Amino acid sequence: MFNYPKKLMYTETHEWVKKEGDIYVVGISDYAQDALGDIVFVNLPEVDDEVFVQEPFGDVESVKAVSDLYSPVSGVICAVNEDLLDNPALLNEDPYRNWLIKVEDVSDTEEFLDAESYQQFCESQG
Amino acid sequence: MKLLFEISSKGRKLDLIPPCDTEEYSFNDELLRKEKLRLPEVSEVDLSRHYTALAKQAHGVNDGFYPLGSCTMKYNPSLNETVAGDKNFTNIHPLQPAETIQGCLEVLYQAKELLCEITGMDDMSFQPAAGAHGEYAGLILIKKYHQDRNDHKRVNIIVPDSAHGTNPASATMVGFKVINIPSNENGGVDIEKLKAAVGEDTAGLMLTNPNTLGLFDPNILEITRIVHDAGGLCYYDGANLNAVMGRVRPGDMGFDCIHLNLHKTFSTPHGGGGPGSGPVGCKNILKDFLPALEVAKNSGGYYFYQPEKTMGQVRSFYGNFLVVVKALTYIKSLGKEGIPEASGNAVLNANYLMNRLKDYYDVAYDTICMHEFVLSLGRMKREHGISAMDIAKGCLDYGIHPPTMYFPLIVPEALMLEPTETESRETLDQAADIFIELFKTALKDPEKLHNAPLSCYITRPNETEAARNPILTYQFENDQ
Repeated sequence: MFNYPKKLMYTETHEWVKKEGDIYVVGISDYAQDALGDIVFVNLPEVDDEVFVQEPFGDVESVKAVSDLYSPVSGVICAVNEDLLDNPALLNEDPYRNWLIKVEDVSDTEEFLDAESYQQFCESQG
Repeated sequence: MKLLFEISSKGRKLDLIPPCDTEEYSFNDELLRKEKLRLPEVSEVDLSRHYTALAKQAHGVNDGFYPLGSCTMKYNPSLNETVAGDKNFTNIHPLQPAETIQGCLEVLYQAKELLCEITGMDDMSFQPAAGAHGEYAGLILIKKYHQDRNDHKRVNIIVPDSAHGTNPASATMVGFKVINIPSNENGGVDIEKLKAAVGEDTAGLMLTNPNTLGLFDPNILEITRIVHDAGGLCYYDGANLNAVMGRVRPGDMGFDCIHLNLHKTFSTPHGGGGPGSGPVGCKNILKDFLPALEVAKNSGGYYFYQPEKTMGQVRSFYGNFLVVVKALTYIKSLGKEGIPEASGNAVLNANYLMNRLKDYYDVAYDTICMHEFVLSLGRMKREHGISAMDIAKGCLDYGIHPPTMYFPLIVPEALMLEPTETESRETLDQAADIFIELFKTALKDPEKLHNAPLSCYITRPNETEAARNPILTYQFENDQ
């Protein structure tokens, strides 16, 4: 029922990661945007901010609740998707095209799930 | 329904202000505003009808069942209002000399003594104006305690993932770093994770017990000991005290400081009917840091004093004094027998309602609950497309207030019900029937629930649009 693109890596906190050279692109999964419901506000860090693996780097607010975004990697932010600040609905419309942050100087990553394992993980959730 | 600006008619007046009987003072031109104030011009009867119409669209405890979880929407006895309305309480000034308001000081003193007895604390301040404000003051107690001992490395506050959202928010406001720890499979604190999280940097732990799942943590003594052994202090969020008051005391569980919500547990008006009161209580090791002013008693009577190393004032004067009058009235009405009876009935009512519903709905943690329980509509949403929101909206068509939705965050599609002790068995049965009817509708006619409520003045507002593009002021026609 949800889209789990094969070329991406995933986390149990529902972020997706794509490696472009030395840069890691981070977003939230289709499952995550559906569970959150209509997203009304996105709070993101700034370029040059440091992020740490499995620690919050921002949050998304839906009509239901505010949820933390967890960084899948440790590194330095080199780009932030500012379009989301004005139009948070983009995350609901296409969570894979609309990335959140790009991270460089990555010193640590968590153990990623592949699409198949992540799909299994989501389907085992209540 | 028309807004006040829409019924406004130029020149219509509400003559409540008597003519000026003192010499008029005129301000310098540059101090005067250049544009005319745009206020609605209405008669008293128009104004009165406007507010009555608004009140009819609201739902309070006096209108019907109100099982809002974690909020303890119990009935507020009218005796509380009668006592708080006494002119000896209302016609006083906060700057009056203490010897002329001995009765009022006695109220604060007695309320403090009784609430300390109920909670197992040694001292208490009524300054904080509501729950989160009390949390903030309680965390400042912890901060000042460590600072006073020159222990500056303690910067972390541990909060379980089932906590009220105000806990991490208050800790952050006080300048602590929040360490989130996951719950175990029974919904309690994961002891191993707690042991791994504490250390030399632990300032304290914030905990609600019973927690937001309505479960009493059986490991509470071990939990507080682990934190104490690491040099931290334990903070009790009093939001769920209604489940245990008069039976178990946070002080005996090992907590060093607490806040209470008089507007939940002690039957003073809640929410928009406030104001609230969130007294902060503590053990002796923290009392020197309490907010100023405190009330004490000696042979000459009651007097105000500043605790030795006080954090200062967190609010003007003495907090919301009349709320304390109402809470004291409630405590004295119930007495030593009534207080534990109230908590016992709160727990009984929640278990009764849960047992009537659990043949239909999935209970998040299927065990004996305390004063509240959590249903999960995760399976319902997957199989039938009906969410917690749909069931909550459906409640409105039956004239009951919906439960708390989407909280705690660790339960998918959560509905959290807290009936409180003030509901009769008949009311609980009616409410159970309504929830069962909604369940059947969800299977039979889901579309009806997607559109609910059908009978309310406002049906399904576009909450997404309201959150993304809120209109917070009246939009005048001629404005850009």
